[in-house]
Amino acid sequence: MSASTAPALPTFTERARDFAKACFTGPLNIAISLACIALLAWVVPPMLRWAVLDATWSGTAAECRAAGGACWAFVREKFWFSIFGLYPFEERWRPATMMVILVTLVVASTLRIFWTRWLLLAWAVAAVVMWVLMQGGVLGLSFVETRQWGGLAITGIIAVYGLALGYPLAIVLALGRRSELPLVRWFCTAIIECVRGVPLISLLFMAAIMLPLFMPQGVTLDRLVRVLFAYTLFTAAYMAEVVRGGLQAMPRGQYEAADALGLSYWKKMRLIILPQALTITIPAQVNTFIGLFKDTTLVVVIGVFDFFTTLRASLGDPNWLGFPTEAYVYAAAVYFVLCFAMSKYSQRLERDFTPAGR
Amino acid sequence: MSSTALAPPKPLIPLPGGTTMRGVLWQAGLAIVVVLVGWSLYNNMLANMAARGLQFGFGFLNRSAGIPIGEHLIPYTPADTYQRALTVGLLNTLRVALLGVVLATILGILLGLARLSANPLLRGLTGGYIEVIRNTPLVLQLVFWHAIVLQLPSVRQALNPLPGLYLSQRGLKTPALMADTALFWAAVAVVVALLAWWLLLRRERARQEATGDRRPTWAPGLALLFGLPILAGYVIGAPTVEWPVLAGFNFRGGLTLSPEFFALLLGLVIYTSAFIAEIVRAGIQSVQRGQWEAARALGLAPGRIMRLVILPQALRVIIPPLTSQYLNLTKNSSLAVVIGYPDLVSVANTSINQTGQAVEVIAIFMAVYLIISLVTSLLMNTYNRAVALKER
Repeated sequence: MSASTAPALPTFTERARDFAKACFTGPLNIAISLACIALLAWVVPPMLRWAVLDATWSGTAAECRAAGGACWAFVREKFWFSIFGLYPFEERWRPATMMVILVTLVVASTLRIFWTRWLLLAWAVAAVVMWVLMQGGVLGLSFVETRQWGGLAITGIIAVYGLALGYPLAIVLALGRRSELPLVRWFCTAIIECVRGVPLISLLFMAAIMLPLFMPQGVTLDRLVRVLFAYTLFTAAYMAEVVRGGLQAMPRGQYEAADALGLSYWKKMRLIILPQALTITIPAQVNTFIGLFKDTTLVVVIGVFDFFTTLRASLGDPNWLGFPTEAYVYAAAVYFVLCFAMSKYSQRLERDFTPAGR
Repeated sequence: MSSTALAPPKPLIPLPGGTTMRGVLWQAGLAIVVVLVGWSLYNNMLANMAARGLQFGFGFLNRSAGIPIGEHLIPYTPADTYQRALTVGLLNTLRVALLGVVLATILGILLGLARLSANPLLRGLTGGYIEVIRNTPLVLQLVFWHAIVLQLPSVRQALNPLPGLYLSQRGLKTPALMADTALFWAAVAVVVALLAWWLLLRRERARQEATGDRRPTWAPGLALLFGLPILAGYVIGAPTVEWPVLAGFNFRGGLTLSPEFFALLLGLVIYTSAFIAEIVRAGIQSVQRGQWEAARALGLAPGRIMRLVILPQALRVIIPPLTSQYLNLTKNSSLAVVIGYPDLVSVANTSINQTGQAVEVIAIFMAVYLIISLVTSLLMNTYNRAVALKER
């Protein structure tokens, strides 16, 4: 820890000098730097003026129009609507509690000291609690139809339930695809490839329009349940490919050693292969989940009011016409913060899992 | 756990193909379940459709569709059949997908190289851009671009960034090449020039094999490539270019990209290129430093180091994820339905609303996407098998 062993961190002036040297040596390099600076000078000041200097932070639509800049007052006005959607006003504490549970669990799941069986159990219990809390009808909670759910709350529900239901299915599909039994292998491969081969919105259409036709007569499925069905299938197929990557990456010796111990197929997988295969693919799983999370916005095509759709619907408010850019910037910022945090987390895990010196 | 003794091996009945009785039972069970579930679903469907006065079948495809479609690559009127309408939709999907793949690849490679630049300003700017694009949903970006295009000035005040290019609420107008004999001969001249360049390259390679000496071919090659078409232009006449002209309230002539098509293409290209950029960067970085140093020690020029040493190794890492990005772009083009571009899914959706034949129409468009994906997947897996590291 002494100064003689560890090289001193470069001072600010040293870093600035290195930066300038990297930017301004060689004619081509200088030209590139100047072009970048010109681009920044062209884009940044007008954006800054629009978003900060001329912006209206609170007030009415008329004041916004008069100021000419961004109308953040509109976003402020619609903020809670974008979180809860059309959920009954006096019951909003329920989605709020649900989201607190959700965030707590997500944060706990990112900490490795919690990576135990109990975490899985906690998720299973929370999934039930969250649904009961949202839907009500028991324990003195009033019944709220799923069609009234909306906003960021429903985005969270779709993503989390899709993952919770899809993940076990993904493991089964991945094992099936690597199975030595040809019929099982073909069946799982067919499901994975068929789901991955079509766009998610075609699956959503299928679930929304076609699924009711396949139900016995008299049985109706809730629309949100149908969306979850499609989304779970989608999650399972994509996660299955990630898990399969982990299974393939296991050295053959691991399989052979488990066989040599006389373990049955299920014991071999549960005790030897899966724990390793799932752990090494966690970064890839997080990356896949980022994609799936962004894809929750696709439910717009069948009229489920997720975060983005709710926000878009609020553009039609006759008192606040003409501020789509503000709404889109706000939505983009929310998605960006969530996805960027996840991708940074996955990069950190990847670093942690890579043996030193590679 | 410590008391676990080695269990005696279970008696398994060996069967041909190295499988066991238990395996056969598993598979038989699976087959029975699949058949039973499929059969009951099929029966439910028939009963449900009958209750709604519908009959399962593809006969509706020959009925008149009555769907107005603004953009069509083949002649189409609303009086045409559903089959024709769906074909028009498919062609629209393929059009945006093919153009998108080409443009996204070019932009993606440029961004990927910029991300690796020695210049920290360029590197930082590109990095920020890529992160923003990758971490926001595509639907949001498409709607955003569509809103931007619709906020462009009206036709009469159209932006004119380059001569012949007009950007307005009605989309993008570009000059069009007229299909005439002059264009044909110009195309022939380009093909001949490329052929000649290739022959020249072969001769120089043979010369290098024989003597170790090699002359660059790019100067005569470029001269051929530009000289021959210009010569053809002088002899036969230059190909006619139709420029868009403002006439009254709209443009006449030229090529039109509708606002929806333009917004969709822009959104898909920008979104996908950010992913391609990361793939290109990772691919080039995956080549070990020693390879660069060894190539430099051999005295190769920077361009040839890239082309002969780095790229062949980087491509092994780049190609598989690149192919799946192409697939993603094609599948993502179905989001056209959100902004109203008449692609396959959008036309299919209208057809379902009009006919009620949901199962058939969804089956058709899922099958089409599956065929596109499976063909690409097949190629990709074949390639993957060829380049994968072999263990024992």
